Amino acid sequence: MEKTVNQKAWFLVLPVLLLVAFSAVIPLMTVVNYSVQDTFGNNQFFWAGLGWFEKMLRSERMWDALGRQLMFSGIILAIEIPLGIFVALNMPKSGFWSSFCLVLMSLPLLIPWNVVGTIWQIFGRVDIGLLGYTLDALGINYNYTQDILAAWVTIIVMDVWHWTSLVALLAFAGLKSIPDAYYQAAKIDQASRWKVFRFIELPKMMGVLMIAILLRFMDSFMIYTEPFVVTGGGPGNATTLLSIDLVKMALGQFDLGPAAAFSIMYFLVILLISWVFYTVMTNLDKREG
Amino acid sequence: MADMTVNKTLSRGLSLPKINSRLVVMTLYLLFLLLPIYWLLNMSLKTNTEILNEFTLFPRDLTFANYATILTDPAWYMGYVNSIIYVTVNTVISLAVALPAAYAFSRYHFMGDKHLFFWLLTNRMAPPAVFALPFFQLYSSVGLFDTHIAVALAHTLFNVPLAVWILEGFMRGVPKEIDETAYLDGYSFGAFFVKIFTPLIASGIGVAAFFCFMFSWVELLLSRTLTTVEAKPIAAIMTRTQGASGIDWGVLAAAGILTIVPGALVIYFVRNYIAKGFALGRV
Repeated sequence: MEKTVNQKAWFLVLPVLLLVAFSAVIPLMTVVNYSVQDTFGNNQFFWAGLGWFEKMLRSERMWDALGRQLMFSGIILAIEIPLGIFVALNMPKSGFWSSFCLVLMSLPLLIPWNVVGTIWQIFGRVDIGLLGYTLDALGINYNYTQDILAAWVTIIVMDVWHWTSLVALLAFAGLKSIPDAYYQAAKIDQASRWKVFRFIELPKMMGVLMIAILLRFMDSFMIYTEPFVVTGGGPGNATTLLSIDLVKMALGQFDLGPAAAFSIMYFLVILLISWVFYTVMTNLDKREG
Repeated sequence: MADMTVNKTLSRGLSLPKINSRLVVMTLYLLFLLLPIYWLLNMSLKTNTEILNEFTLFPRDLTFANYATILTDPAWYMGYVNSIIYVTVNTVISLAVALPAAYAFSRYHFMGDKHLFFWLLTNRMAPPAVFALPFFQLYSSVGLFDTHIAVALAHTLFNVPLAVWILEGFMRGVPKEIDETAYLDGYSFGAFFVKIFTPLIASGIGVAAFFCFMFSWVELLLSRTLTTVEAKPIAAIMTRTQGASGIDWGVLAAAGILTIVPGALVIYFVRNYIAKGFALGRV
């Protein structure tokens, strides 16, 4: 749809602007403020320049957390996106069973994040959890509070459990928008199941899949509550992801300067990657429209 | 004749396993989703002795005492009330400011519109962990600490951008001729927006409300940081179960189950729009 130029539209955007300025710009400026100052307590601050940034860039702690974070986001995207598409392809297209599946699949999305953590914390316990008990009975040594591999597997399976439905629902919405004529044409051409997927379904899903990847990337990169409840960042620091490390630093140790510098770099990384996704996405939008 | 029957059985033979494989995939997936929830439900209906001493797949000693504990103690159930209050306030605020903005983005070009839109989205990308401490100081300094409105305002950080994003997608689907006709008919902008436009995008508003509800309901880091007593959300109260004598597993499980209920109710109401909503109106 072609839009008309109208500068008065700014008035319609004004309320959002004021609200977001209050709830985003002011806090963000506070962070920027802290990141360039140092304090000896008593609310006395002095200029520290870019020292905190330098310190954080040299600290192994941040790079380790970033590495773990990238690994976590990478693994869950590699599992959730294909699995979500696969589930969407197998969902009933319409009728009662379609709604039935939709409702049940959305259920994990509406559970408070710490309850998600609690569910898996209990589920994986060897003494009272179904999963831990079963694995233990099968003779598999599974203990997510001691073993690094078990801890990682637990938080990844938990995230797959929690969010695959989001990808599946998005892919399902994309699939439903494909007109029947496409499938009929494919049938006449005797296209194989794979070719139908590759040349009809996948291109038509691209738009929504980009939204899925963008949302999943952002949210997994900011994840805090669920792994914190399950593993508390341990064993050792094995599952200390970026947000967990940041909260430890800012609210636990009250290292305001380093934490603020950390925050800003953290935000910039997310912004950069999201900007790439967003650009790709709007280009896709344009090509379709 | 014989040919046809052969054909029929052949096609049936081919189509049957296909249906079955779908059924198997969906059953396995739903089982994977529901098993952990079932386990929580199972635990919430047991006594603590049964939880800790026996391993049972269903409660042998069915008890509702865990639920009774929560529903009779104001310290517990006020957590639900608090959560519902700030989630509702947040949804109302988010929609009220997002509606006109989404209309502007979907209908007009204006100076800096694209940058503004991306800047809004960046707030959806901001990690709550980054904002926890500044929010704490901001709301303490304006005297809003430990109030429902503080949490509601804090959650607009990620809900407003999302609501604008969703509503813009739905509004783009409404032909512009409708606006023009209404203006020709002498409607003012306000009257047009309320009487004609809003009913047209009612499903979009429903979906946006659903998402605001969802993300405000499930968030814990900010709501926990901004509250102590008066507006403490249920999710934060759940840590109470860790007493001196260990964790009260039954009550913890019951509290968890009760946090799932409002979400399940909301899903039921929007079930026909969920898929389109998750696509942010862009299918």
